[in-house]
Amino acid sequence: MTHELRGKSAIAGLGHAGFGEAHGQTAYEIMAEASLTALADAGLGLGDVDGLFCTMMEDSMPVLMAAEYLGIQPGVMEGTMFGGSSFVDYLGKATMALNAGLCDVALICYGSNQRTAAGRLVTASRVPPYEGLYQPRYPVSAYAMAAARHMYEYGTTREQLADVAVAARAWARHNPEAFERGELTREDVLNARMISDPLGVRDCCLVTDGGGALVLVRGERAGDFPNAPVHVLGVGAGSTHRQISQMPDFTTTGARESGKRAFEMAGVGPGDIDVVELYDAFTINTILFLEDLGFCAKGDGGAFVADGRIAPGGALPVNTNGGGLSCVHPGMYGIFTIIEAARQIRGDAPGMQLDGVELALAHGNGGVLSSQVTAILGAASTV
Amino acid sequence: MSQMGPDATFREGLERGEIRLQKCRSCGQSVFFPRVACPNCHGIDLDWQQVSGKGEVYTTTTVRRKPERGGDYNVCMVELAEGARMMSRVTGFAPDLVAIGMAVTLFVGDIDDTAAVLCKPAEV
Repeated sequence: MTHELRGKSAIAGLGHAGFGEAHGQTAYEIMAEASLTALADAGLGLGDVDGLFCTMMEDSMPVLMAAEYLGIQPGVMEGTMFGGSSFVDYLGKATMALNAGLCDVALICYGSNQRTAAGRLVTASRVPPYEGLYQPRYPVSAYAMAAARHMYEYGTTREQLADVAVAARAWARHNPEAFERGELTREDVLNARMISDPLGVRDCCLVTDGGGALVLVRGERAGDFPNAPVHVLGVGAGSTHRQISQMPDFTTTGARESGKRAFEMAGVGPGDIDVVELYDAFTINTILFLEDLGFCAKGDGGAFVADGRIAPGGALPVNTNGGGLSCVHPGMYGIFTIIEAARQIRGDAPGMQLDGVELALAHGNGGVLSSQVTAILGAASTV
Repeated sequence: MSQMGPDATFREGLERGEIRLQKCRSCGQSVFFPRVACPNCHGIDLDWQQVSGKGEVYTTTTVRRKPERGGDYNVCMVELAEGARMMSRVTGFAPDLVAIGMAVTLFVGDIDDTAAVLCKPAEV
């Protein structure tokens, strides 16, 4: 049976701003520029927005700050904050609000100056009370302990982790918007400075500035805008913990549940997906999510990503913009998985544009493997 | 312990050199961190148990730090014989030699003058 919300919303516009280093710009300026670009892309303006979905790395009430900055008083405001996955989750919440008739134009937006604000690390998080004393380096030590356990249980190697970074860079080399575009070899990754074993600095995402925005409308109106619509076919969430020490199984994430829910809603499976955009905060993420989303069996992720399978020309295109590892990572990367997936479907990807993309998966991670949200996006032909 | 919540009760134990661990009377599960309801069965009959001090490293990482700032150190997750897991640190042992599956003994020590559950390699 088809889920009643399948295809009932569509991305009518998208935009980004401040990629790389946005010297002299605040996080809210970057957010606003991305929002204006997305609205212009949809042929709309700020006055049309009556639903705002936003969170930021700073402030305790960022959605109010964003509305104030943009000069709008939307009737629907949503600012749930569970990390980078929040933005993928907003696709589902906005779809509900649109189809309940609570709003007509939903703006999902984000901005950060994490890189050029360096030295003033932007975070509203407090130190976890049963962890802080041991001084794990957040967030990398959490992911390092997941990687170590995956290596122990399944024989995953540092070389296989390195292949994730190498593939991401190979995609980024085609993308003029990507921050890191130099050649990167497996040896470069393995010989890079260690941060928290088994992860070295090249296993870690970038720290850049950047913002992104999406304009979401009801599916029935999807044809009324300048660009080809990208329909939201399914969204699913799953969470297992907040603090890494509470993760039930360090090798299995909530992506198992989020993926199952999203695929069920969309009525498709992993084998139908043309392109995969995953939140790759660290190299282990890509391996865990490919397993948990069903692209390979649990424990096979290391072998799966080896030998260029997820790189340009490989069997499964993953993180075609270069991902958080090589393209952009301004504090939270979640919204950029959606933007790249949508651009691949629209046919206007900034880097390597794949042929005939009809179905794409965007997956957001939040916290320390804590919150997972998966979205399945499709061209008009898939609705 | 009448007025104290589970968190304060645990921390009071640490100050006295005891590792206090909750156990759910309803389902038998050991619970850490301390709380008012069992995260497994949601029962509210949580008792305190003294721990055996036996545990095993579930996962581990060496956090790299410059020698002049104190050098590399270990952060690990330890699985207690009673079943719960907690973050800890194996001390008195080269951090890069701490291995998953290693048997450890838990004890109350301190980090920066704050009482903390620490681990040392178990004596064979």
